[in-house]
Amino acid sequence: MTDDFLQVSEREVGELRQQMLAFTRLQLANDFAAEDIVQEALAGALKNAASFTRQANLKTWVFAILKHKITDHLRRQYREPQQDSLDECKNCGHSDDQIFNNELFDDRGHWHADAKPQRWGDADRMVHDEQFWRVFDTCLAGLPPEQGRVFMMREFIELDSDEICAALQLSTSNLHVLLYRARLRLRECLEDSWVKAGEKRS
Amino acid sequence: MMNCEQATQLLSVGMERKLKLKEQAELKMHLLICSGCRQFGQQVQQLRTIIRATKDSSDKPEEKK
Repeated sequence: MTDDFLQVSEREVGELRQQMLAFTRLQLANDFAAEDIVQEALAGALKNAASFTRQANLKTWVFAILKHKITDHLRRQYREPQQDSLDECKNCGHSDDQIFNNELFDDRGHWHADAKPQRWGDADRMVHDEQFWRVFDTCLAGLPPEQGRVFMMREFIELDSDEICAALQLSTSNLHVLLYRARLRLRECLEDSWVKAGEKRS
Repeated sequence: MMNCEQATQLLSVGMERKLKLKEQAELKMHLLICSGCRQFGQQVQQLRTIIRATKDSSDKPEEKK
């Protein structure tokens, strides 16, 4: 088992580190804290290499450790709020968001025919579909940063609204707006890039 | 009558807090006649479910098959 881990090349660790950094930066505005956390998570992963079973799982496993580190960091912030806040998004209404909404909804607020959500496949299949997660990563990275950040804090790290608001010094209603916009964009992107592309493939 | 933009907002907010009775009733009425918003509601829930499912499996890295 430990041997498996040692078979991972330096190049792979380097790539993994970059992915971890990108993921962490999405959730912390502080780049220094992000580097520290990634470093700690990698060190922790190497130290516990014996509990790592399959190389194919390396990424998920290291990310599980990383996620705990990020959660700890955010929880600490929750208790001692930092200046590391989303103050810049006081009203959180980007003009981009308005343009995007006009692409989805007509002037009466109803779906445009080509934007109307279609039926997706079943959840079980998606969870195990690597292609889906690649598309998911791309779509997530394409969100406005503050939207991607609150979405992952809420859905992946599972912080509750109060914790996110305190960590980012954000009002509850602004948080709800950001989450709504994130879901709207992410859903649209997934449908365009995965569901519809899949239909063309098959 | 509620439109799709408002309905999708409520579907998202409903994942964060309990909706008021009036909100629930209006949303329900809209969903009865709008398949697009019904899909939207299912999909955002589905995203929550699958993101948590990946996490649950990666939280037990020591588990062997």
